[in-house]
Amino acid sequence: MINQLSWKVGGQQGEGIESTGEIFAIALNRLGYYLYGYRHFSSRIKGGHTNNKIRVSTTQVRSISDDLDILVAFDQETIDLNYKELHEKGVIIADAKFNPIKPEDTKASMFAVPFTELATELGTSLMKNMVAVGATCAVLNLDINVFKEVVQEIFGRKGQQVVEKNMEAIKSGFDNMQEHLGSNAELMELEKADGKKRMFMIGNDAIALGALAGGCRFMAAYPITPASDIMEYLIKKLPPVGGAVIQTEDEIAAVTMTIGANYGGVRALTASSGPGLSLKMEAIGLSGITETPLVIVDTQRGGPSTGLPTKQEQSDLMAMIYGTHGEIPKIVMAPSTVQEAFYDTAEAFNLAEEYQCPVIVLSDLQLSLGKQTVEPLDYNKVEIRRGKLVTEELPEIENKGYFKRYEVTEDGVSPRTVPGMKNGIHHVTGVEHDEQGKPSESALNRNAQMDKRFRKIENIKFDTPVYKNAPHEEADLLIVGFNSTRGAIEEAMGRLEKDGLKVNHAHIRLIYPFPSDELLPLVNSAKKIVVVENNATGQLANMMKMNVGNIEKITKMLKYDGNPFLPHEIHSRCKELV
Amino acid sequence: MSTFKDFRNSVKPNWCPGCGDFSVQAAIQRAAANVGLEPENLAVVSGIGCSGRISGYINSYGLHGIHGRSLPIATGVKMANRDLTVIASGGDGDGYAIGMSHTIHAIRRNVNITYIVMDNQIYGLTKGQTSPRSATGFKTKSTPEGSIEQAISPMEMALTAGATFVAQSFSTDLKDLTALIEAGIKHEGFSLINVFSPCVTYNKVNTYDWFKENLTKLSDVEGYDSSNKELAMQTLMKHNGLVTGLIYQDTERKSYQELLTGYSESPLVHADLTLDQAHFDKLVNEFM
Repeated sequence: MINQLSWKVGGQQGEGIESTGEIFAIALNRLGYYLYGYRHFSSRIKGGHTNNKIRVSTTQVRSISDDLDILVAFDQETIDLNYKELHEKGVIIADAKFNPIKPEDTKASMFAVPFTELATELGTSLMKNMVAVGATCAVLNLDINVFKEVVQEIFGRKGQQVVEKNMEAIKSGFDNMQEHLGSNAELMELEKADGKKRMFMIGNDAIALGALAGGCRFMAAYPITPASDIMEYLIKKLPPVGGAVIQTEDEIAAVTMTIGANYGGVRALTASSGPGLSLKMEAIGLSGITETPLVIVDTQRGGPSTGLPTKQEQSDLMAMIYGTHGEIPKIVMAPSTVQEAFYDTAEAFNLAEEYQCPVIVLSDLQLSLGKQTVEPLDYNKVEIRRGKLVTEELPEIENKGYFKRYEVTEDGVSPRTVPGMKNGIHHVTGVEHDEQGKPSESALNRNAQMDKRFRKIENIKFDTPVYKNAPHEEADLLIVGFNSTRGAIEEAMGRLEKDGLKVNHAHIRLIYPFPSDELLPLVNSAKKIVVVENNATGQLANMMKMNVGNIEKITKMLKYDGNPFLPHEIHSRCKELV
Repeated sequence: MSTFKDFRNSVKPNWCPGCGDFSVQAAIQRAAANVGLEPENLAVVSGIGCSGRISGYINSYGLHGIHGRSLPIATGVKMANRDLTVIASGGDGDGYAIGMSHTIHAIRRNVNITYIVMDNQIYGLTKGQTSPRSATGFKTKSTPEGSIEQAISPMEMALTAGATFVAQSFSTDLKDLTALIEAGIKHEGFSLINVFSPCVTYNKVNTYDWFKENLTKLSDVEGYDSSNKELAMQTLMKHNGLVTGLIYQDTERKSYQELLTGYSESPLVHADLTLDQAHFDKLVNEFM
């Protein structure tokens, strides 16, 4: 019996590789296993190698596994590119159609199962994916009936016959593989899971659901990988609550429309990736100086320019913190799990209204697209707080003056009215302005307004700005990361502890304003610090050096080849260091 | 009920004496009063440039945004509150150069807002460079040998983009301009009103006198029918675009907000921000 399995299916893009993984994963998720799926794909619709690696476990998993138990291959390229991940007892199940060749330097075993042929016999070669799923079941000694429900859901609308044919395809794969294995084969039987129903979703789903729960009722966005799922989800889910999504002509229209809607009093969102964020920068400054709430999601991908559009990277950090010309108050948050992505996105709308500034929810490709089992989300934890939005009737304004929308206050936040409110009329401009919003270039006013704007975020209230797993008062090593590296760091930390090292882990969830006070005790009590991040210059490490000093202790651990960190990489590098 | 005086504020425009934009400001104030608006129910969103300052010179909600982006901002405002009257405005550089893409897409989208372009065929605030509306041969600081580019024809462009309301006016024709803005506000869809608004400081060619000599009123064109798109196009081409009046109106096509499925009939700004637990549970279950 095993309590964890790593399974990968690969082939040419557009061949249904994704759906093979999807069906396999959904069925196992429903049995109560925890899953983590990560897709390797290219920026094209058809052709090119793609694979979907799925980790199955009886406990929560948040990273890609180091090795591989089963590789399902629809072409030779899949074998050649991925076989090195297989451990000694690993299994390759390949379509007999392409006469698979097992590489010489692997101890894994290989079975050629006629996926395409069996599927064609049953009516259509399209079902080869189902045959492959069935063959996998034989290796796992898994009852194929667990797929009944999923197959029914996916193919039900095409008629009962299609459902039955697909189940037959699964069975044919199962039977064929069983014959190959014989009765003495060593099977990879998974321990039983707890049978609990849990959500299985990508980070982008959680971000979109979080926006909806957080009161977002309008979105404007332009399609871009890897952020489009957020728009696509809200296009389905906003109309039932009276809201709307506009797919705009460009990224600038998306952000300015979002600013317009927020100015109009509606909680509005835009989401994009690096190239889109670069285009939105001027408008982010408008939101900053006009103190108009704005929530933007940035799902980072490989940059610069078009870069690696379908690959993991965390290189937008500095751009998100400092991006836009001039200086504005801004909040940058970085959820590190799918659950946090849900709650943080909902909270972003509160912060945007309370502090009347742009709030960037930073994600990365691995967090946004990695599909995983998620513990229940509690809607009761979502609050709606609207800050100093005026709700009561206002006194009449005399002498043709304006409402003091930019009143200099102690906490820097001014009362806010929205169009339609009587006696709340004021002017909003990206030009430096006085308390009523009228353009003003006076030095005195400039200082008053600049200071007021920055005062807003001096004492920002944010729940858990740093996620800490710090069992040691004095640590040999402090590992620091942000966004999706959390899972790999957690696993590496476990192994380092087993090696006898004292390791603390801090994951930065509020990137800006930087949570120096939260982090300092951990930094000071560690002998060495490793900052793990998917970029080439060590942006988070540099932020730490700027904010918490201890420069001599900090080592950068960088990866910018487009792939997420694997636990063993962090483990071995940290071991070398200490 | 409010009068045009209620739409005046205490801010003194920083436009040059004689600038055409003063009349546009007055026409907006009059039109707003004439259609029965209260100042708090009007939002004027403007771009950057001399004319972009207009949102600060009208007693209403006003947003002076960034260069070329008045239309998407105005669209967002209208999406947030469909009961507001939303006017977007700016200059020809704002709308036909840096913001041209938004102009075309706002036209196709047909959101119920009114867009007033103060067209002076030059960049004024930056002190005299060529604009996409400058005629070929037009000499400016950036085209010392005369512009070698073709000027944009915004009215023809609007027709081909699928506009449902296209009008053009001249800033001295205060009465006609006011009437067109009123009609634009009342139009259930996107209305584009291009206003020849002379720059007395930097444009010494397209002056008040020049326009008076060269403009033709559509009301003087025999048999003109503003519901006939083909005729509109022919007339514009015949007069090199130098006509004033209502050029084209399509009263059949529904506005964007009317066509949207599920979109709230009451202003979205008043929407309930919470979900009931059963609704949330249903959303969650879809991922199981």
